[in-house]
Amino acid sequence: MPAFDVILGACVLYAALLFVIAFLAERLSVRGRARWLRGPVVYTLSMSIYCTAWTFYGAVGYAARSGLEFATIYLGPTLVLVGWWTLLRKLVRVGRSQRITSVADLISSRFGKSNLLGGLVTLLAVVATTPYIALQLQSVTLSFAVFSDGPQAPDLNAIALWVAAGLAVFTIVFGTRRLDANERHDGIVAAIAVEAVVKLLALLAVGLFVVFTVAGGPAETFRIIDASPIAEWQVQPGRWVGLTFLAGAAFLCLPRMFQVLVVENSDERHLATASWAFPLYLFAMSLFTLPIAAVGLGRMPEGANPDLFVLTLPLAENQEALALFAFLGGFSSATSMVIVAAIALATMISNHVVMPIWLRSGPPGALVSGDVRHVAIRARRVSIVAILALGYAYYRLSGGGEALAAIGLISFAGIAQILPAMLGGLFWRGATRVGAALGLGLGLLIWGWTLFLPSFATGLPQAVMASGPFGIDLLRPQALFGIGGVDPLLHALIWSLLFNTAGLVIGSLLTFPSPMERLQGAAMVNVFRTKPGARGWQSTHVEAEDLLVMAQRILGPTEAQAVFRSAAIRQGKAGYLPDPDQEFLEGLERELAGSVGGATAHAMLGQITGGGSVSVEELMRVADETAQIMEYSARLEAQSRELARTATQLREANEKLTRLSVQKDAFLSQISHELRTPMTSIRSFSELLRDGAGTLDPENRARFAGIIQDEAERLTRLLDDLLDLSVLESGQVTLRIEEAQLADVLDRAIQACDGGGPVMIERSGRAEMRLRTDPDRLAQVFINLVTNCRKYCRVDTPRLRIVSRLSGDAAEVDFIDNGPGIPATEQQMIFEKFARGGDSRAAGGAGLGLAICREILGRLGGSIAYLPGQGGAAFRVRVPLAQRDVHAAG
Amino acid sequence: MTDRQRVLLIEDEPNIIEAIRFVLSRDGWQVATHPEGRGAVEAVRDRMPDVLILDVMLPDRSGYDILADLRADEALRDLPIMVLTARGQSKEREMALEIGADVFMTKPFSNAEMLEAVRALAHRRDTA
Repeated sequence: MPAFDVILGACVLYAALLFVIAFLAERLSVRGRARWLRGPVVYTLSMSIYCTAWTFYGAVGYAARSGLEFATIYLGPTLVLVGWWTLLRKLVRVGRSQRITSVADLISSRFGKSNLLGGLVTLLAVVATTPYIALQLQSVTLSFAVFSDGPQAPDLNAIALWVAAGLAVFTIVFGTRRLDANERHDGIVAAIAVEAVVKLLALLAVGLFVVFTVAGGPAETFRIIDASPIAEWQVQPGRWVGLTFLAGAAFLCLPRMFQVLVVENSDERHLATASWAFPLYLFAMSLFTLPIAAVGLGRMPEGANPDLFVLTLPLAENQEALALFAFLGGFSSATSMVIVAAIALATMISNHVVMPIWLRSGPPGALVSGDVRHVAIRARRVSIVAILALGYAYYRLSGGGEALAAIGLISFAGIAQILPAMLGGLFWRGATRVGAALGLGLGLLIWGWTLFLPSFATGLPQAVMASGPFGIDLLRPQALFGIGGVDPLLHALIWSLLFNTAGLVIGSLLTFPSPMERLQGAAMVNVFRTKPGARGWQSTHVEAEDLLVMAQRILGPTEAQAVFRSAAIRQGKAGYLPDPDQEFLEGLERELAGSVGGATAHAMLGQITGGGSVSVEELMRVADETAQIMEYSARLEAQSRELARTATQLREANEKLTRLSVQKDAFLSQISHELRTPMTSIRSFSELLRDGAGTLDPENRARFAGIIQDEAERLTRLLDDLLDLSVLESGQVTLRIEEAQLADVLDRAIQACDGGGPVMIERSGRAEMRLRTDPDRLAQVFINLVTNCRKYCRVDTPRLRIVSRLSGDAAEVDFIDNGPGIPATEQQMIFEKFARGGDSRAAGGAGLGLAICREILGRLGGSIAYLPGQGGAAFRVRVPLAQRDVHAAG
Repeated sequence: MTDRQRVLLIEDEPNIIEAIRFVLSRDGWQVATHPEGRGAVEAVRDRMPDVLILDVMLPDRSGYDILADLRADEALRDLPIMVLTARGQSKEREMALEIGADVFMTKPFSNAEMLEAVRALAHRRDTA
């Protein structure tokens, strides 16, 4: 057995060699002299990362345990490559035209650049890949352990840690050097191709050695196989179909496979080579699996781990160099898988988890492209370290051993959940984001419940496994909906994919795709209709219709249809779908740019017409424009709301002013009249007195002088009333509020009017009430009412009844005369200014009395109203009581 | 003195009536009065004055309405009418002249001006 140091040394040397190869390849690539690196052979060899250490070592173990079933792992990819070659071509075409960077990006892009879906797929990929990376670390440490039987047993965990660290460094150095739009990594691909050759040759060498040296020739080998327990294994058709399907699905959906198949692809014609060459590679890889397993079972001691037969058989035959070669083959399988998986996952994490969060939380001003690249590269480096740390942690926590062996197929089943969204997205334009998210979510949930969690010893409690959660038998993890007795893997696969697909279909049928989804759906489903490179417009009605649908969303149906119709008419076509020629497209772009901004319009049209892709920078501009438009429209909305409010206020103010102005004009006109009328008499009579000094008889002279004095007094009263009213109306009046007896105030008022004329005043009712009021002002009101009666009550024996009573929290005083009363038509008007009763000649007032009364009572918290139907003119005055009397009254 | 010139004064302010009556009577005019809008047109028809003095601000009816009614009557079309108003805006004057007033006089007025205007109106009627 070679010394452990030798193994370690070989390992380090081999790693150094890979570094050198990757470095040289990078340099050649930078100088543009690495065309062969981008050839179909290297492309095919890079696919070999499908064959991990699990395949390299584990296939033999699988065969030893389950016979030919291991072949399904190779059969799946072979069927995809040979039988559904066009699907791969479509994937590659879409990937190139849309600059897809990962399988998460594919799903996210297809469904309208959905961050949710991208994040979901990323999560799924991390969950499913972490155990797989742990498995690789385990296989490397196990293979190390084979060589370390000696006394100086090395620390296996330390080895695993060093391997993980070394892989992290390699991946960071060659995986995150540049941030290419196409995300290709020439150095890594070159190193992987070398590793692919090494692991194939190693396996072939071990196989040939076993067949020809150990077994003694092919014939002898067949005899050994027939004699071994492997021959007795029965093929289970259900499991075979299921596993083949699973392997095929994983081949398409595994992040690392997507990386080499689609992202690293430089020319889709290479697929033609790969479609026959890679199955051949797989065939070669599997050629000696059965012989090694059968011979190992026969030769190796009871209890030997069949997973390590590839190593232990040559060692048992003392073929140390061969064993070392086999070790390097296994090492290659493990490392190449880990490197590509780490790159793929890091890309997904940085693009679909870190960047969205950073873009959302980062300062919006800092969004220059250099910043984005910087953040992206750093995020990838951190992600790579995190992924490998996660793998190492999983390896340590799971304790290695058997628990990891089963994880390969479980990971496959998890990854296969991406398949419905991927195929739906590529072939069904009706698939929507909601459908994809629903399907993925359901599939993930069922996979986790039925397969992933039960795979841990402590994942689910025994009671749940036996009788379902909360005793719900229908939800038993391995017998969902009561259907038990099925192989757990098949059970989980069928249910998860069934619900996944149903979720996708139902969710998609129930929802309407957003414009972006429609665009992306059209671009991906119809990817073969457009020629890459050229503008490649193909005028079909379907696409003109797509344009119309998009334009309607943006411009509104009426305007969009008008634009299309007028274009159709210009082209001399009937209907509303014009030929989408260059001129029409440019016009449409301008039209759309008016609504959504230039970058968005260009990107949208580019999507439909050229199947072109949207770059990060374009998306940034689109987002900028959208934000600007939204902000602008929000501002406009606020402004127009403000304007409308101001306009309403202005209109109201203007109406009020107009009303006030009309009132003011009427008032001034009225004042003018009221002032000029007495002035007219004064002027006339004073002229007569002056001019006729000698001719006027004394009687006339005295009469004229009396008239002048009367009219002067009338003028004074008018001015007093006007001032009084003005003060009352403006609220500048100072009231002297005190407690007063209603009877006292009435007495004062009547006394003041005494001698004014022959009016009989009869008082009745309760007058002993304490009021809270301004007694002088209240007396003014009463005087006014008595005076009014004297002026207007034209009967032979005028009588005024004054009746007072308690009414609620106020005193009520009615003034009712026996005159003709006020006609119903004028009752509404009497409290307005200058509203004199019809007969004004004798009134001698300006018609402000009642207006003043109303103002005074308003200030005093009371009221005055006309009482119709009382025989004569009747007014009712209400005055608030003092607080004490209110309680007494209550 | 039966051929004294007759003036009809339609006015509601007693003191103004008194002043105008005194001034015109002294000048030899026979002055009749009517105190309100109601019956004013009939009063004019009954008395057929040589000159009519019409106040605009009557308590029950606008003097302009009365003026319009008078001018609508063929027999009264040429009746000299002086309109008196306490509202002195030029708008009022234009309106009065348009409806058919011959003279527009603002209160307060000077007695001499008023008398002169009445004389002129009567003279114009005589010479017409």
